[in-house]
Formats: sequence, structure tokens, C-alpha cells
Amino acid sequence: MQQIINFLIKNKNGLLYVFLLTIALGLTVQSNSYHQSKFFNSTNWFAGNIYQTSSNITTYFSLEDENKTLLEENKRLRHLLFNKSIEPIDSTLIDTTLSYSLTTANVVKNSYSLSKNYITINAGKNQGLEQDMGVMTAHGILGIIERTSSKFSIIQSILNTKSTINAKLKNSNYFGSLVWDTKDFNTVQLTDIPRLVELKEGDTIVTGAMSSIFPENIPIGTITDYSLNTSENSYNINIRLFQDMSNIKNVYIIKNENLAELNELEKGIE
Amino acid sequence: MNSKTIIHIIRFFFLVLTQVLVFNNLNFLGFINPMIYILFFYWYPVKENRAILLLVSFLLGITIDLFSDTMAIHTVSCLTIAYIRSGIMRFCFGVNYDFQNFKLASTTTLQQITFLALLIIFHHFIFFFLEIFSFSNLLLILKKVLIIGSASLVLCLLIRSLFSIQKK
Repeated sequence: MQQIINFLIKNKNGLLYVFLLTIALGLTVQSNSYHQSKFFNSTNWFAGNIYQTSSNITTYFSLEDENKTLLEENKRLRHLLFNKSIEPIDSTLIDTTLSYSLTTANVVKNSYSLSKNYITINAGKNQGLEQDMGVMTAHGILGIIERTSSKFSIIQSILNTKSTINAKLKNSNYFGSLVWDTKDFNTVQLTDIPRLVELKEGDTIVTGAMSSIFPENIPIGTITDYSLNTSENSYNINIRLFQDMSNIKNVYIIKNENLAELNELEKGIE
Repeated sequence: MNSKTIIHIIRFFFLVLTQVLVFNNLNFLGFINPMIYILFFYWYPVKENRAILLLVSFLLGITIDLFSDTMAIHTVSCLTIAYIRSGIMRFCFGVNYDFQNFKLASTTTLQQITFLALLIIFHHFIFFFLEIFSFSNLLLILKKVLIIGSASLVLCLLIRSLFSIQKK
């Protein structure tokens, strides 16, 4: 017994190191295999509020550019509206009987230099956000909500090695999965497109219909180059994103109103 | 609670806030985010209780991790350099380190830079190894350690000279 205690006293620093290291590695492995751990992310009020304060100050510097982007987007949408015969809108309220509804939020923290990037936004459970909702900007998709707290949410960016999103070629409807190889923050990869498909540089890639998170046909980017994979039966396509991932301010969160019904249906089949 | 402890606490918050609000958003050339909070281990007193240093480094790492959503990899790298810090110091400063009245200021500039550079190399290697987490990307890990490590070293040296105590 004496010897055990002596051993413990002698190696107390080493043991403390191993103990703390186990905690840290445990947290890392746990969130590597599944989602971000529940409390250990920037949606907690401490980190969230510091980011919010910092973003409150810095957003003023880019207001002009943001206004321009929003005007451009409004112009595009008005253009669509006036050239399509849709029933006239008689109120500014948003129709809630539709299958998708939108919420807006601001980005308070963005990262794109790591291999697993996350974006924090200033809307959370209080605004009706939940896990697995899609997030997009005026130019294209951004990612999927991974965790929410009452006032903040954390988005798993498409620039994350854990992310796979269903995407398709706009003109031929062949679909594959969108992944990221961590090399360039404005280029993502589309895999699993069969060899027989004809590809052209500059073709547009949009979100596919296989996902219950994103509506179909949200723009993603254009093909810059492509090559066959090692087994030579499908293409690896490099895609340049429409959205500049280093400059994101305003985002839209998409809620699929039919998700509960869809999940119910899918559960019935299994 | 003497004045030295208060200085350490202020330094802790200063380094965490500059790291997460300024240097994590630097993204120079798209991927270079220097990690300047390693200076905490450089400035930490030489002869100090190692158990407390380990606990403080755990706290420092976990605070940075909370802000940057990097799971706990900052924590792992911080803990490890805190643990091997005395070994690195013995390597850099030789027998002088074992003297009772050894001070960082009494060593040569080259020794100090070597000490800082070794801290940064160990920290960055563990960090990027865990962050990328695959042997097939060893070259990418080494490239990141080299480029971001040198950026960290340059910035740490600048900040170090900014806050250095004037020698009489």
C-alpha cells in the first residue's frame, strides 16, 4: 500500500497528464464519430455572445456590399416574379401551407481553413431552428445545422470532411454526392457520376431531389475540371462554388414542413 | 493572489481573445491562421508547480476549442507541450536550467527563439495530425506544420518583442 501511494506521489504529474489527455481525446473521438458534442461547441452563451459582440462591430464595415448583394437578389427574384404567371400576392405574410419555410440569420463566426469547418449563426431554438435543417445564402448552399442552443446554431459547412450532400447535374439530372477534399475553400468535389454521362466544363451543379433537407435546384457551382476515378467507372468532378465561402454574412435556413410526415413514411417501410 | 498571478490571468484572457477574434479570422492566403496563444507557455514561469501548469493548459486549450469548434484538439496539443515543456527547456538551456535562480531573461536570444520554435513545432504537429487524422495525408500535415508554424513563430516573436521587459 505504501509503495502504491509512493508511486502515485512520484508520478502525479504524469498521471494528471494522462488523465486530462484521456478526457480531451475522449471529447475529440466522440465528436469525430458523430455530431459535435452537446455543450462543447461555440453555441454556448459564453462563446456565442462574444462572437455576437464582435460581429456587431465588424458587420458595419461590410454593410454596403451586403446591401448590393441583397438588391441583386431582389432584382433576380422580381424578374422571376414578373415574367411568370403566378397568382398575385395580396399580402406580405408568408404562406405557411407551403412545403418549405425560411428563416433568416447572420453569421457570427465562420471558418474555412480547417478540414472540419463549422459556421455559427445567431439564431437558435427560440427562432424555431432544429438539427438537420438546410442553410443557404443568396448564391448557393452553405451546409446543414448540426447543433442548436437557445440563441445560436452551429452549421456543418460543405467545407467539412464529414459532409455529404446530394447534388445533380442541372441539365441531365444525374446525381452524385458532394464532398470536400480540404484543398481549396472555393472548390468542392462531386463524386459517383457514372462514366457514360457527358460532361462539359462550365456545367451547373444544383442540389438533387434525393435529400429531405434541401429543396431541389438550389445552385451550388460550376464544373471547372473532371477526371475518372481510380476504378474508372465514375467521375471525380471539381466544382467552383458560386458562394465565396470566405465572405458570408446573411443566411437563410430552410425548414421542410413535410419532414415529419416523410420520416413517418420512411419508418413504415423499414 | 499576488500580482504575478493576476498578470497570468490577464495574459490568459488577452491571448485567448486575440487568438479567437483576430488570428482565427486572419486566413492569410486562405489557410494560414497563426496560433499565438502558445506564447502563454513561453511566458509561464520556469520554476512552477507542474500540476498547476497542466491544469491551466487544459483550461486554455478547452477555451480555444470552445470558440473554434475544433473538438478538443487544441486541448490535446496544449496539454502535451505543457507536459514536455521542462524537457524542451533542459534541451535549449542546458545545465543553466537546473540552477535555482535561472531566469528566461538571462539566456541568449537564440536559445529563447529555439525554445519558442520547439514549442510551436510540437504543438502544430500534434494539432494538425489530429485535425486531418490520416497517415495518407502526411505530406499535407507536414506542409501545414511548416508554413503555419513559421507564420506562428514570426508573429509570436513580434508580440514577444512588443511586450518584452526593457533590459537596463
